[in-house]
Amino acid sequence: MIVTKGLRKSFRPRRGAATVDAVRGIDLNVAEGEIYGLLGPNGAGKTTTLRMLATLLAPDGGEATVAGADLRAEPGEVRRRIGYVAQGGGTTDQATAREELVLQARMYGIRKAEALQRAEQGLAAFDLAEFGDRPCKTYSGGQRRRLDLALGVVHRPRVLFLDEPTVGLDPRSRAQVWSEVRRLREQGMTVLITTHYLDEADALCDRIGIVDHGGIVTEGTPEQLKQEISGDAVTIGLPGAEDTAHAERALAELPCVQRLEALPGQDGLRLHVDSAATAIPQLLRALAAAGLEPDHVQLQRPSLDDVFLALTGRPLVHA
Amino acid sequence: MKLARDTWLVYQRQLLLMARSPAWLAVGLLQPLCYLLLFAPLLTSALAASGAHSTADAYRIYVPGLLSALAVMGGLFTGFTLLGELHAGVIERSRVTPVSRVALLLGRALRETTALLVQSLLIAVLAIPFGLTVGLTDLLLAMALLALMALMASSVSYGLALLVPTDAALGPVVNTIAQPLALLSGTLLPIALAPAWLRTAASWNPCYWGVEGMRALFAGHLDAPEVWRGLLLTGLMTALAVAWAARLFARRIR
Repeated sequence: MIVTKGLRKSFRPRRGAATVDAVRGIDLNVAEGEIYGLLGPNGAGKTTTLRMLATLLAPDGGEATVAGADLRAEPGEVRRRIGYVAQGGGTTDQATAREELVLQARMYGIRKAEALQRAEQGLAAFDLAEFGDRPCKTYSGGQRRRLDLALGVVHRPRVLFLDEPTVGLDPRSRAQVWSEVRRLREQGMTVLITTHYLDEADALCDRIGIVDHGGIVTEGTPEQLKQEISGDAVTIGLPGAEDTAHAERALAELPCVQRLEALPGQDGLRLHVDSAATAIPQLLRALAAAGLEPDHVQLQRPSLDDVFLALTGRPLVHA
Repeated sequence: MKLARDTWLVYQRQLLLMARSPAWLAVGLLQPLCYLLLFAPLLTSALAASGAHSTADAYRIYVPGLLSALAVMGGLFTGFTLLGELHAGVIERSRVTPVSRVALLLGRALRETTALLVQSLLIAVLAIPFGLTVGLTDLLLAMALLALMALMASSVSYGLALLVPTDAALGPVVNTIAQPLALLSGTLLPIALAPAWLRTAASWNPCYWGVEGMRALFAGHLDAPEVWRGLLLTGLMTALAVAWAARLFARRIR
């Protein structure tokens, strides 16, 4: 539904300044009915990619087909087939949700009577009916975001682009936005979102492309990505520094241990193993044979943060 | 056809928003009313040389200039409302739809034109008790000329707002353009009073011909050459301004 090849964009921040390569060649292949997430830190090129695909920015190079239309040759056709919700929305404070929905539908060429009907349906579907005739400036962050979503799909596009859809929302509104997006996918819509939230990418997306420095570093389902890098992580707390050093010698040689390092700031070890289920009994046996008794043993599933760290050498939150 | 439909769509929305915050009407009227009440009476004696023998004569010379200044200045400052919409993301939301790019510009410029026409009519009516007399045909043609000037100035202002997209930078740019434009078109006093070099300079001012036409109409000289010349040249300049701004709008916003 979205296919890109070597999509590129660079900017000149000031006249005379050197160009900055915001996107250095992105290849995507998003299937119909999929929620695909571009995950990466701010400035990685996610938004630029999205804006190019939504016809807001002309690419410098590369090709893209969106919903069956060629991005560069027929941007008008692309516009008719997609919906786009910008990070900051785009509603007018003095207008009501109903007026905004009608206007949006009519900008897509829908006739007035039909536009009124679509507005009514949009208000109902996104839980906005109660205040649909109040001006947008009175809305909470979550209500405004739901209106943004309703506006993005009022013309029933086949592809929906969402730029950081839950930035600045409280947890309840976030969950509500997630369930709306899942509902749209169930109706057969293809959704491309950008996010720098790991939990969002993990919870919402069918597949994730990890973006850094204007390119996709790797892609896969959240599970694949997490498995790919490290299996499981196990931490073992030990009573003292001497025991920790002793344990390190006892466990380093075990075949099930991929990597091991001392826990920062406390006595104990952090081990990466293929599978915690089979490794933990072996670890405990080896410790007992060495006469050591751990304070605690903890299993940690790897997070997408581990994936990002492994791929780029930097944790996402600080990147 | 699509252009007309889309322009109407944008224009309707803009009118609705304008009607919802009617403060613009009062604020826009305040300054011209001050000039009408506090400045125009000075002109009776000042304009004696150019044939003003009464307050009514002075108003006939001054009011068309005042209305032209209102249209040009009001139009030139409307770029700020576009900046507001650009920052709120309203323009971007329209850009991802297949709506005509020119309609996004025209619908807004026509909103501004409508607002300025309403204000101008109110001022013309308020000047009647002070002795202003003007025929209906003359007034209608004058309004057409004003509409063209307002449309021209609004288009230029939207173009500037796209080129200079911050409030802090747009202000000085607009002021720098507006002041010589207003002075050099004789909105305060007729350019006829000026020395020869100033008259030559004024004839290159795109607003000058409109103001001259306005004065002729308010003087009741419907068949004076200034009238058709004003309409023709202002019409031409307006077409150029709209084309320039529309091109910018379409290019920035493919």
